[in-house]
Amino acid sequence: MSLPEVVVGPDTVILGIETSCDETAAAVVMGGDDVVSSVVSSQIDVHAEFGGVVPEVASRAHLESINPVVRRAIDDAGIDEHRIDAIACTVGPGLIGALLVGVSSAKALALAWNTPFVGVNHLEAHLYASFLEDPTLEFPLVVLLVSGGHTMLVEMQGHGDYRLLGRTIDDAAGEAFDKVARYLDLGYPGGPAIDRAATEGDPGAVNFPRAMMDDGLNFSFSGLKTSVVNFVRKHPEVSSVDIAASFQQSVSDVLVHKAMKAARDVGATGVVLGGGVAANTQLRSDLQAACAADGIGAFLPGREMCTDNAAMIAAAGWHRLRALGPSRLDIGAFPSMPLVEAGIADG
Amino acid sequence: MWFRTTSPSDTRDFAAALARIVRSGDTVVLTGEMGSGKTVFAQGIGAALGVTEPMTSPTFTLVNTYDCGNLTVHHADLYRLDRTVEVADLALSELAEFSGVVLIEWGEAAIDEIVDYLEVHIDVDIDDDAGELREFTLDTVGPSWDRRRDMLSSALEAWS
Repeated sequence: MSLPEVVVGPDTVILGIETSCDETAAAVVMGGDDVVSSVVSSQIDVHAEFGGVVPEVASRAHLESINPVVRRAIDDAGIDEHRIDAIACTVGPGLIGALLVGVSSAKALALAWNTPFVGVNHLEAHLYASFLEDPTLEFPLVVLLVSGGHTMLVEMQGHGDYRLLGRTIDDAAGEAFDKVARYLDLGYPGGPAIDRAATEGDPGAVNFPRAMMDDGLNFSFSGLKTSVVNFVRKHPEVSSVDIAASFQQSVSDVLVHKAMKAARDVGATGVVLGGGVAANTQLRSDLQAACAADGIGAFLPGREMCTDNAAMIAAAGWHRLRALGPSRLDIGAFPSMPLVEAGIADG
Repeated sequence: MWFRTTSPSDTRDFAAALARIVRSGDTVVLTGEMGSGKTVFAQGIGAALGVTEPMTSPTFTLVNTYDCGNLTVHHADLYRLDRTVEVADLALSELAEFSGVVLIEWGEAAIDEIVDYLEVHIDVDIDDDAGELREFTLDTVGPSWDRRRDMLSSALEAWS
């Protein structure tokens, strides 16, 4: 079974599909960087459209959302499905049941519309989110990817050319935000809740540990979480806004310190921020100041491009399709897919 | 059964000793509050079973899977799930069936789904100023683990 070849260029229209974690998303992107439409399930009321309850992480939620989300992305783009030149979809990493919903739908659409299919690595797509907002970014770049599930520093020497410089050895930064927020009873989601509380607190109130500060480019946030719990237990009198601000400062200090070290090691033209934690006010301003001090660029995409979306999948799909051609239709989903070795079983 | 460890590295050693009793098809449910050391304990078991890469927290990914040759270690975390239907979607009991060992953090929500498991509950010793001491309460549920109670207490004697 073979699908037609496509010549990839500035007019190539790609439908991106993303179902690796909590969000069902679809987007139409032209030429690798022109976002024509981008739909994320939380934006549309699937509950109302389908009359079902939508459990956040279940694969059945993806199953209920996928068709209306894809339809909405195509309608919002104001195009006919015949205009779509290829379909790009996340094949990993992520939860197997969730991934398979997107992969199966993408392959079915590719067959039905007789268009090429291209499998995309979710982490690689996060690197491409920055190019959607600024296609003129110059290599080499260091990408600091911080979300609920990932914390990593990646060297990007060119399109498709990545090197993992460091990663968390235990908790992701976003997870630490979430758990500390829940422990301090600040609300959910934890990132924005800590961010909000911290504006009223003193970041110097408590000197929480900065783990592995001068010990390579890996991260560890598990000890910080435990030390917040221990501190609160012993000092119930200290206000939660002071704890939130001090905790946030500790996370930001470590992330920025290591990102700058990585940028110097690599000789990067700038540092790119990605992932849900990229929305954090303290991190954004600290990183901007540090990059300015070092005379390099700080690229901070907007929140909708940092968090999970399908526009970045379509963008990464455009580059992959151009460099390596379409994926075979018999490739599966890869729950533990690493960023490096991003060669998605093309053979 | 009640045990005690004095530091995160002691907890890893304790978990490694327990891993010698763990067999393919087993499920270990980890409970205890935030910061009690569930992930450290899971890392200790995983390393002893042959996981060589860093075992990071599965809170957001829900399940991380590590292939160790003849054994697969599934490290799950139900912290974000509070509905039984979501837990059922993960099919945790099926994961153990194919040469797997399943470690479940915040596993209280899964207990209805599983008939045979070892529960490891971790408490922080609140009188310990350094915050390093941990107390472990082990409970066997189901015949496969019930039969191994003596093996457990002798393997873990150093921490009793």
